[in-house]
Amino acid sequence: MDVEILSRIQFAFTVAFHYIYPPLSIGIGLIMVVFESMYLRTKKKEYEVLAKFWTKIFAITFGIGVVTGIVMEFEFGTNWATYSRYVGDIFGSALAAEGIFAFALESSALGVLLFGWNRVKPWVHLVATWAVFLGSMFSAVWIVVANSWQQTPAGYHIVGEGMQARAEIVDFWAMVFNPSSVDRLTHVWLGAFLAGTFLILSVHAYYILKGRYVVLSKKAFKITLVVAAISSLAQLFTGHSSAEGVSENQPAKLAAMEGHFEKSAPADLYLLGWVDKEKQEVTGLKVPGGLSFMLDQDFETPVTGLNAFPEEDRPSQVNAVFQFYHLMVAIGMFLIALSLFALWQWKRGKLFEKKWLLWTFVFTAILPQLANQFGWFAAEMGRQPWVVYGLLRTSDALSKSVQANQVLFSLILFFVVYLILFLLFVYLMNKKIKSGPDSDIDFDEGSLNKEIAEVISK
Amino acid sequence: METLLGIDYPTWWFLVVGALFSGYAILDGFDFGAGAWHMFFRQNKSRETALKAIDPTWHGNEVWLVIGGGTLFAGFPVFYGTLFSAMYTPFILFLLFIIFRGISIKFRNMEEMLWWRRMWDWSYSISSIMLAFLLGVVLGNILNGMPLDENYEYVGRGFFEFLNPFSILVGLTSLALFMMHGAIYLLLKTEGKLFNRIQGFLNKGMAFFIIAYLITTVYGFLYLDHLLVVFEENKILFVVPLLVFLSIANVPRLASKKQYGWAFIFTSITISLLLVVVAFELYPRLLLSNPSIENSITIYNAAASIKTLKIMMGFVAIGGPLVLLYSYFVYKTFWGKVKLDQDSY
Repeated sequence: MDVEILSRIQFAFTVAFHYIYPPLSIGIGLIMVVFESMYLRTKKKEYEVLAKFWTKIFAITFGIGVVTGIVMEFEFGTNWATYSRYVGDIFGSALAAEGIFAFALESSALGVLLFGWNRVKPWVHLVATWAVFLGSMFSAVWIVVANSWQQTPAGYHIVGEGMQARAEIVDFWAMVFNPSSVDRLTHVWLGAFLAGTFLILSVHAYYILKGRYVVLSKKAFKITLVVAAISSLAQLFTGHSSAEGVSENQPAKLAAMEGHFEKSAPADLYLLGWVDKEKQEVTGLKVPGGLSFMLDQDFETPVTGLNAFPEEDRPSQVNAVFQFYHLMVAIGMFLIALSLFALWQWKRGKLFEKKWLLWTFVFTAILPQLANQFGWFAAEMGRQPWVVYGLLRTSDALSKSVQANQVLFSLILFFVVYLILFLLFVYLMNKKIKSGPDSDIDFDEGSLNKEIAEVISK
Repeated sequence: METLLGIDYPTWWFLVVGALFSGYAILDGFDFGAGAWHMFFRQNKSRETALKAIDPTWHGNEVWLVIGGGTLFAGFPVFYGTLFSAMYTPFILFLLFIIFRGISIKFRNMEEMLWWRRMWDWSYSISSIMLAFLLGVVLGNILNGMPLDENYEYVGRGFFEFLNPFSILVGLTSLALFMMHGAIYLLLKTEGKLFNRIQGFLNKGMAFFIIAYLITTVYGFLYLDHLLVVFEENKILFVVPLLVFLSIANVPRLASKKQYGWAFIFTSITISLLLVVVAFELYPRLLLSNPSIENSITIYNAAASIKTLKIMMGFVAIGGPLVLLYSYFVYKTFWGKVKLDQDSY
């Protein structure tokens, strides 16, 4: 294998692994803020117990998120030196801004969040929790801005030629608010809320099923369900808006997402399918003219297809882009259906009576994670062959001085280390969840009933 | 070239990046130092206390690396690309140790088993030692220079070339410096028997540092002529190395008087002054090309556009005080001696 493919695999692997954690931290952070605010307002012990319990889980996700995040910053230099020189002005300043304005806030406040319960006043602790949450939201802003600039460059000009060519900022705010920033940022935020809230729903559904912390869990479940339902519905809009943006700014990517080849013709919308790139055919279940309708409310509107682009400017993995995109959408739809169904059951007073529903929630925790991964894979593979869309090819962005054996060595190292990290993560999460919230007051219906029964029998 | 207060923007940015890395070395330096001593503590309780001394704050310290890296990337993209791709394997190792250092601190106390704690103790300590050493090796190679072509690409032999004697000496010196610095930090955070034991460590740390520093300096004098040019041309600049010597000499003096707060300030000043010396030795170069000196990377041929540098000066002007404010608040919250209690994760 050559340096290019190894470096791509390494970056994809390290960034995909990293992306398990920050969305969890953002989503759990949001609910921690809710629980702790409710504790301060109501002074009810159960919210404190919930806030503290989720802080413990948060500590694990945040910790792994931070250590695996620095890796990418370094990899731009180690594996993608030409890219670094090309985009340093722009991408680098977004990264620097992330560090100064976001990461500093969350990491400093983290100490108070984790260790400060008995050291600062309750409201100061709440401020720290807010700071960590907002810091993680701001981090997402700058990282998504940096990535969006790669998708839809704006506010720059190119200086120099050949090896010396570089993009320089002309208009900072045009760079920040490039055409895809806002759509993608809201999509990423909501994806993070979904990852966090569905994990919380999963854990509390599990407790309810096992008859542990039942009262506590029902409360937590209901609060979180509301946030999850709103997020999953809102995701529909940001997703749609993102797709419209892609059709405008990255037509080749959109064509790959739907397997649309013809130069300019009405495009179908597939519910599921399989793309044969050689025959330029998609077999599957479709709404004829559906994509045209989604973009222009007209089934006949022509959409630019892959054949409108020279072979070397098209994403090469059309079927993969198609599948990742469709899986993401399918999961999104399922999350909406599930959360709305649960809300309806709640209204009927039967939310916690259906075991199958609770079990579905237990296993659904994995789905937003997969949707986040698939969405990014579709976005990044659909951007190929460009690393900066229309400006710099991925194959030209490499470090010239790095050899394939070096990358192979580092790739194997990362693989081994991340495997260990992942096993530790699963083990420790399992342990924290099994041992449950610390609480001197027993909120448990079951044991409460037992106590009452004992009192009565005496 | 446009200037601000008579200083051009690449120079300003050279100072900013230098200040950030100096901040990083001071802050994460004592974390590394504390980690390097970790296995010398025999009892679990001592190790727990030492770990707790840095637990609430090391995250905030590591931020300086992220910011330093970002500002280097943004401010001097050419240098960033060349240095990181040239020293590919050392940087990958650095990342892996950063990962292990972080998760060791996080995971150690999550289980009671003896083997579990041993494992993370070792992982924490070895990672800290290697991080301190690798930072020095990178700095040593920057000072030493490396072969570059006309596109500023590294054209040397790779990994083993970076383990040259001078860089290894700088690596050991930085490890020793952080061990001295970290021991003093631990003295500020501990009491009782553990405190007494760390006093012994500090003496060894100071001796280790002074020996390593002297050998490195002599070696530099003998074999790295290009570093001395600036001092030979401006004799007045010899005042900086002189200040370094005074600052270093002050540390054992204050330690013998048990004024550890001041000693900590002086190890911090020593770190900064050593980097000031480095800055003078380099400026305006960032990376010497050796042997083709005309391919050297300077702050001018490596810098981002003036507009970007101006924007980022704005970032630093607004964000810098904020970062200091957060740090102040967090250190104030956890000020004083460590008490082992229940609120650990």
